Amino acid sequence: MAPEIHPIVLLFASVFTSNILLANFLGMCSFISISKDMKSANGLGLAVTVVLTITSMLNWVLLKFVIIPLDLIYLRYIIFIIVIAATVQILEMVIDRVSPALYLSLGIFLPLITVNCAILGVALFMQIREYNFVQTVVFSFGSGIGWWLAIMALSAINKKIEKAPVPPALKGPGITLITIGFMAMAFIGFSGMLSVQ
Amino acid sequence: MMIIIAPGAVALIAAILAAAISIVDKVVNNYGEVELDINDGKKKIKLDGGESLLSSLAGQEIFVPSACGGRGTCGACKCQVTSDVGPYLPTETPFMTKENLADNIRLACQVKIKSDISIKIPDELFNIKKYDSIVKSIVDVTHDIKEVTFDLQGEEINFEAGKYVQLVVPPHGKIKGSTQRAYSMASKPGEKDIVRLLIRLVPGGIATTWVHTELKEGDRVELVGPFGDFFRTPTDTTMVCVAGGSGMAPFMSILFDMLDTGELDREVWYFFGARTVKDMFYLDELRELEKKMPNFHFVPALSEPEEGTPWDGATGLITDVLDKYLKEEIGTDKKREGYLCGSPGMINACNNVFTANKVSLDDIFYDKF
Ligand code: FES
Repeated sequence: MAPEIHPIVLLFASVFTSNILLANFLGMCSFISISKDMKSANGLGLAVTVVLTITSMLNWVLLKFVIIPLDLIYLRYIIFIIVIAATVQILEMVIDRVSPALYLSLGIFLPLITVNCAILGVALFMQIREYNFVQTVVFSFGSGIGWWLAIMALSAINKKIEKAPVPPALKGPGITLITIGFMAMAFIGFSGMLSVQ
Repeated sequence: MMIIIAPGAVALIAAILAAAISIVDKVVNNYGEVELDINDGKKKIKLDGGESLLSSLAGQEIFVPSACGGRGTCGACKCQVTSDVGPYLPTETPFMTKENLADNIRLACQVKIKSDISIKIPDELFNIKKYDSIVKSIVDVTHDIKEVTFDLQGEEINFEAGKYVQLVVPPHGKIKGSTQRAYSMASKPGEKDIVRLLIRLVPGGIATTWVHTELKEGDRVELVGPFGDFFRTPTDTTMVCVAGGSGMAPFMSILFDMLDTGELDREVWYFFGARTVKDMFYLDELRELEKKMPNFHFVPALSEPEEGTPWDGATGLITDVLDKYLKEEIGTDKKREGYLCGSPGMINACNNVFTANKVSLDDIFYDKF
């Protein structure tokens, strides 16, 4: 049975209180490595949001009509991953055709998304929490926006840190991890407001 | 029952997605017919868009050098694009100098042809062909260098002595894809129906291991060429050539070509460095050449001569021998040109010796491998 959460509540919860990155720590590797400049961060955030929404929808349909009826729940990882990989591939070709400029800025990031655990994480959450289709769409879109928001915020902070007198030993990933810790703490502040479990 | 359903369901889902990918590929990657204009209308070709410039050119039998086979890692496939093909890709920029960027030089393997495109390539690239050859002979010239002669089966190769060809190594053993490697030709331009290469076994090298362990006489091998800009200047300046190991190849070609074409007045010094007697080869041929060419001097040198093995040539590092000869025999008063073929380490070391002996860097030509 789908839990009774209003889609609007779910949207806010997935963007803020249960931010996929800062509350669940999923999709960290690309988050840390691509957050150095705003433009790439923006591109990657957009790409994650789009891929997340599309793949979750597809995976929900497969879950409902193939995986559960055939009792294949133990194969969900492999099926979800195939869907994600194929979607990324198709998206890559379409973006190259429709908007070469966007393709150029996403170029190397799009294939990276295939192995972004936030994408698989969202698909698994929607299965464990038994969301219905509308909830899945809202939740995955919200999670994408939440990820996008977090990476933009981090790249903005990184810009400031560039000029700050950071101790040499902490430069680079060190200070980034500490920053992410602070960001996560700030997001914990939202957690009492809404709950989506 | 489950044993059939489970893999069947996964396979079906994968098949549907694969079909979707190929349909999208057909529809989205269809750029229709585009025109490729080479060298301001010298050649105009109509082809189907959607492929890289490198493979489209290869499809038309125009071969741009591509040592990495189109992976964007060698930077050899540079060519000038005079129409707009969009901004540089992150894969291209590391290979571009300031001048390249100003001239709109691009990596042919990274540029995708989506609309009409015009490019400029050196005229000699039209001369480059793919040869379907047969291995005529394989001779061990030292313990780790093989002289391999390829018969071009009636086709002819036109090249200037000093150029190289790319050997196409087919998939074999654990190596799944086909790879290409460049080797200087040791045959002379007059021998148009064969190509001779000197191939030294590089431990762990894909191509050289294949040549040394699997290639047999009578095998079919594809060669692409000729490429390169390492050849002698059309002047009568004194040539000072230095080589080591299989760097012998281009000089065999150059020297025998000089003999054939009667270029006997030009003074040529050829320093060949090896470690021990067993690394030395072609001594008789070169001594013979010395007799026929009055202005040719051959100086073989061993860096680690073994005691007990007779050796009457020079000893010491080739750079020291070169330095000594530049100072004492060749002299520093007249103009000299340096020609180098060998490892990057040897080339850098020789460059230093040359410049210390007043040979300007502009007059030094080399082939690093
Ligand atoms: S072929 Fe190697 S970079 Fe293009």
